[in-house]
Parts: sequence; structure tokens; C-alpha cells
Amino acid sequence: MSGKTLMRGTHVLGEAAIRAGCRAYFGYPITPQNELPEYMASKFAKMDDAVFVQAESEIASINMVIGAAAAGARAMTSSSSPGISLKQEGISYLAAMELPAVIVNMMRGGPGLGNIAPAQGDYFQATRGGGHGDYRVITLAPAYGQEIADMARQAFDLADHYKTPVMILGDGMMGQMMEPVEFPDPVDLATLPRKEWIVNGSKGRASRTILSLWLDPPKEEELNWRLARKYEMISEDIPDQEMYLTDDAEFVIVAYGTAARIAKGAVHRVRESGMKVGLYRPKTLWPYPSKALKGLCEHVREFLVFEMSMGQMVEDVRLAIEGQRKVSFYGRPGGVVSTPEEVAAILSSAYNSKTN
Amino acid sequence: MKKIFSRPESLKDNPFHYCPGCGHSIIHRLVSEVIDELGIKDRTIGVPPAGCAVLAYNYFDVDMCEAPHGRAAAVATGMKRILKDRVVFTYQGDGDIAAIGTAETIHAANRGERITAIFVNNAVYGMTGGQMAPTTLVGQESTTTPGGRLPVRDGYPLDLSAMLGLAAGSAYIERTTVSNPKGIMRTKKAIKKAFETQLEDKGFALVEILSPCPTNWKMSPKDAARWVDETMTKIFPLKVIKDVA
Amino acid sequence: MSLKIIFSGFGGQGVLMMGYVLAVAGMKEDKHVTFLPAYGAEVRGGTANCTVVVSDEEIASPIASSPEFVVAMNYPSMIKYQNMVKSGGTMFLNSDLITEVPAREDINVIKVPANTLAHEMGSDRSLNMVMLGAVREITDIVSGKSISLAIETVLEGKKQKLVDMNQKAVTVGVDFILGSK
Repeated sequence: MSGKTLMRGTHVLGEAAIRAGCRAYFGYPITPQNELPEYMASKFAKMDDAVFVQAESEIASINMVIGAAAAGARAMTSSSSPGISLKQEGISYLAAMELPAVIVNMMRGGPGLGNIAPAQGDYFQATRGGGHGDYRVITLAPAYGQEIADMARQAFDLADHYKTPVMILGDGMMGQMMEPVEFPDPVDLATLPRKEWIVNGSKGRASRTILSLWLDPPKEEELNWRLARKYEMISEDIPDQEMYLTDDAEFVIVAYGTAARIAKGAVHRVRESGMKVGLYRPKTLWPYPSKALKGLCEHVREFLVFEMSMGQMVEDVRLAIEGQRKVSFYGRPGGVVSTPEEVAAILSSAYNSKTN
Repeated sequence: MKKIFSRPESLKDNPFHYCPGCGHSIIHRLVSEVIDELGIKDRTIGVPPAGCAVLAYNYFDVDMCEAPHGRAAAVATGMKRILKDRVVFTYQGDGDIAAIGTAETIHAANRGERITAIFVNNAVYGMTGGQMAPTTLVGQESTTTPGGRLPVRDGYPLDLSAMLGLAAGSAYIERTTVSNPKGIMRTKKAIKKAFETQLEDKGFALVEILSPCPTNWKMSPKDAARWVDETMTKIFPLKVIKDVA
Repeated sequence: MSLKIIFSGFGGQGVLMMGYVLAVAGMKEDKHVTFLPAYGAEVRGGTANCTVVVSDEEIASPIASSPEFVVAMNYPSMIKYQNMVKSGGTMFLNSDLITEVPAREDINVIKVPANTLAHEMGSDRSLNMVMLGAVREITDIVSGKSISLAIETVLEGKKQKLVDMNQKAVTVGVDFILGSK
């Protein structure tokens, strides 16, 4: 237990990223995630091999990530909803150029300027690619401080392994909240697999080009096919979820991130009154852990999706269930955070209204 | 027989796709010659633009990394910060650097990024078919300024290099032309100095090169070159704008 | 056991520090803890508050809509939170700055003259730890030893004099409660 420290989510992410070998951070201030760039600035100031730049915009920072990733560094940027919109151009290029990078979105209320309270309105943006063109972004959704640390490490490994951008999708509250966390030992950069594709000067080899322009349609199609095969592989390899009290559950609530914590609290309460409910919490939002969810249809008669939005992930749940079970939805958008009591009331009333 | 002229090593053996009379071919060659002369071919990384020179990686035989339209300075920043002992240059047109990429360029210069920017100014969007550029002259015809650029409607040509000269982090800014032999010689010197400025760790360096675009200007190559010399240089005078390198 | 407590006051009263020390103390006992500070526009204008949850089980929400305990270090904080305290819960008032009491009969009220007690012990700024000592003694959320260990952790690297002063302030708060019982 002595290894635990009480840290806020943004700092946890920063520390875990550095331990994962992140040596390049580029960002632009936006609440509620400013403590992350501040953390990176203060830590990198003491490191000889690390680069921190406060850029002039979100657009510039994601493009600096492109440059650093192309040069071989483990690179990261972070922002919150409106800033992530600005980064989408660069994320599309990262996907097309097959460059690894980690992007953190501490979501806030929206659309537009919205507010700085926690929300989950950027699910579509994160899981559908977000920018232009035919691509996907691996999206990890932590719910606990410890998971932020674990997923930060995982994000850099996945990004390098698949040569693709990875997003960590949190929210404003998760970034501010402190929880006890235990960090893994720092990665020894020398032990990471060598990147034989980077552009760092062509000494002793032929010159290389990293690009996303394929004027010849069959060439572009080739890229699209290659990406599609990669995405298929990712969809096989990494879907992950937490299943809480689902073994004997008749009714399951599906939620991710902060909403899932609240849903778990609700499940607890509803279980106390004898109702057999459980929680399905996706930890990867893309690829969506559909198989395990569909598997629950064997004994679960109905699903309720709870999101801090007007309903986005619910579409993935319905796609996974393939019409086999009723899927209803409850959401609180705008930065309003439901209480477990509130969700418990919704859950038990849904449980008791026997529809099939 | 003594060989007195050959292709620079930093230039691939690919025929240029550029139009007759376009300045890009000349500028590509000059940049390659400078890279050869400085002996930095195997530690140079280029960042091409979106625009006519988007395919620059087909010609430069150095490592290249594409950037989204206008973002070359930001991509180059990320790259150079990681690879401090390498040489990073951007190659950008006027639309790329002085319209959509204004912010990235000014801030890279102001941070004093150790990068070299080759800014090709032909006063028009070339690849997209001749629309108004930030540098289009007042009265100049383009496909989006019918009757000529009208300030009340279209604003004025932007002198980005002058703005960059004001940035504390810039070390060397010069405007040259490739519209005549003397200009070409001067341009090569300027490009060399812009790379040396980086090698000597002095700050941001940029060469703005006035370059004819006969196709979109709807002129013969000869008239286009003359138009640069006689008209364009009045608004964009050839000079060293800043030199603290 | 799952207890939620809100600390509230104005900037400079060490409100966040109180919550932070309590949360670290909970962590030392291997309990589940969350510490959620108010952030952004909410904290402009000099107010400060934070919510701490200490629990034997995984914590669902770090937000307390009906906390068991509220610590109000100034009058606006009492007004803001008096109706949120859970029925049967307890409100701690810094009685040096709050002369009224909440208009509720279903909650306990503990008045602690934190400014005075801190001043008397020779450290005006330690009013937060005085209050925390009182809170510890009444709520028993964590042990006194854990609070003491937490102070050492939180102030690690700081001057020993400061650590000692904070430890002493907690004792003053504890003694105040014991003396008034």
C-alpha cells in the first residue's frame, strides 16, 4: 500500500505517460484539463530528452505531434471537447500516415463552447474517426484513477504496435478528481521495438517519405484496405470490458467512464432490494466490445444504457444486441452528473416494467 | 571530357511535373544544390506543402514528411525539437504559408524554431486552379477575383515576410526571385544562408522566392518572368528583410 | 461504510488542504477515497470547496448530493450547504465567522472557534487543521494516527516546524471537542 499516491486524474495521466516513455507533449490551454500540460511542463523541464511546447493553437499542437511521431518519439497532446474538434484534421492525417500518437480528451458539456462540467457528448466524434476520411481511432475509456494510469501505458503501446492514433476519453471530473494510484515502473526506452519507418535523416539508407496523399485511386484504395485490415485486427485483439454482477443478471445497465461508476453505485442499491441487475462497462469504446455484450443476451432480458449525453453509445449497444433484446436509454447531458440514487430509481423502475 | 553540369545528389531522377516557366523546378534544384554543398543530405528532413509542390517528395532525395495544408511549420517544430542535430526545412506556397498557415508560421518564427522555410510566392493558388492568394496583387485577375483583386471586397496583398521580420525569434528573412539569372544566383545564396542559419543554431530562417506562374497568370513564360520583375517586385521588393544570423 | 464530507470556505482558509489530508489519511487505511475539488469558474471570486468520500467499497460518485458531513468555514458556505446535509448528519461551523445556525432541527451542529483556537496556539493559519481535528474526533472517519501520518506525507519536504505546527493544531481541535463534551 505504501506505493500508492493520491493524485488528480490529469496528473495521473501525465505521470503514467512519462513512465510509458512519452517524451513529447504539445498542447494549448483549455479547462478542464490544464493541469495535464502544466504537469508535463514541470516534469519535462527537468528531463534532458523530453520536449514540451505550448503551441499557439490546438491545430498547431496536433501537427507538432505529427512531426514528433514521424521523428520517432512517443508523443501526446491533450485537450477538452472544443479543442479536440480542432485537432481532428491532424488526427485524420495521423491515421492516414499511420503514425502512433496519444490524444487525451477530458470531455466537457457541449456543443459549442458548452461548459467545463463533465459530459460524454464526444462519443461519436471519438469512435467514428472524428475527422474526414475512412479511419478509426482506438478509444480507451478509463473510469478510475488507477485505470487512467494503466490505460495511459496501454495507449502508447497500442499506438506504437498498430501505428495508429489512440484516444483516452475521460471527462472533466475524472481529470480533477484525486484517487489513490499505484504507478508501474518507467519503461526503458532502449527496450522498445525499433521504429524502422521514421524520418530522421537518411544516413546509411535510402530516403523515406511519410505521406497521406495518394492521387492514384487504386493506391488510395490500397491504403484504405490496409487500414481496414488493421482495424479488423484491432477489433479482434483489444475489445475489453468490465462485467459486474452480470452472471445471474436479468437486467443489465451499460455505461462507460464516470457514468459507469454511477451506474455501478446504482446496481449496488438495486441489488439490495433483490433485483438481479448487473453492469456492463466497455473499457474500449472503439473497438466496441460487442461480442461479450451480445453473449449476455443468453440470460439478460433487457438492457438500459446510461450516458452523460443524449444517447450516443446506445447505438453501439443496439448494433451489438442486433435486435435480440430491448435496449432503453437514460441520459443526462450538459455537464449534469446524476447521482447513483437517481440512476438506481430509473434502473429499478425499468427492471419492474416487464416488457417481454 | 569534363563534366560541368549534373543533377544534384539530393534530387531524384524524376522528371518534374511542373508547368513550363514555373519557378518550382528551379527552386527545387537550388535547394538540392545547397543541401549537397552543405553535405547534409543524410541528416535533412523536408516538409512539403499542400499545393503545386505537394509532390516535392518525388523530387527531393531526402527524408520527407507531409504536413496538412498550412501546418508545415508546426510539423517541422515537432520534428526538429525531437531531432535537434538534424536539419529540417519546409517548402510552402503563398496560400499554404501566408493564409491557412499564418498562425503556425508566425509562432514558429516567434519561438525561434531552428527550421528553414522556403516560401514560394507566385501570387496565386496554383494547384487548385488560379484562385486569389493572400499575396495576389491589387487589380490582379484570378478565378475568384473577377475584374481583378478589389481591396474593398478582397483585401490587400499580405507581406508575411515583413511580419516575420518583426518576430523576435526570426534570424534571417530575405525576399528574392527566380525570374531572371541574377535573381536565381541571389536566391541560391539566400537559401544557403537560410540553411546555415539553422546549422549555426541562430533561429528561424525564411527565404521568400517570387516565382512565375505562367499557367494561372495566363501569360507566356517570358511575360510571366517579366511581370515578376516589373510588377510584382513593386509590391514585394527584393531585399534582406532581417539578418541577425 | 461510505462517508461523504464537503469542506467549504474562502480562499486562504486551507479548505482544500483539509480535504486533501483527510483523503490521504483514508488512503493510508487502505480505504477507497476520492477527493474532488471545485474547479474553473466556480472557484473564481475566492470561494473554495471540495468533496471527500471515504469508503470500504468502490466509490460510485465523488460528488455528494447529500453528504453526511459539511464543514463550513464561513457564513456563505453555511448558507450554501445547510440544506444538503443528510438528515441526521452533522454540520461543523467555524463559530468565529458564523454566528447563526442552520434552520434545521434534524442535523447536529458542532461549533468550533477555529480562528480563535489557532490564534491561541500561535498559528493563525492552522485554523484548517484545528477544524480537521474536531471533525476527526466527532466523525471517526479515519483514525487520529492516520491523520498524523497523512500530514507527514502531505508536508513531506517542508520544514519540520510546519509539520509540528499542523500536528499540534489537530490536537487542539481534538482537545476542544473532548473538553466540550
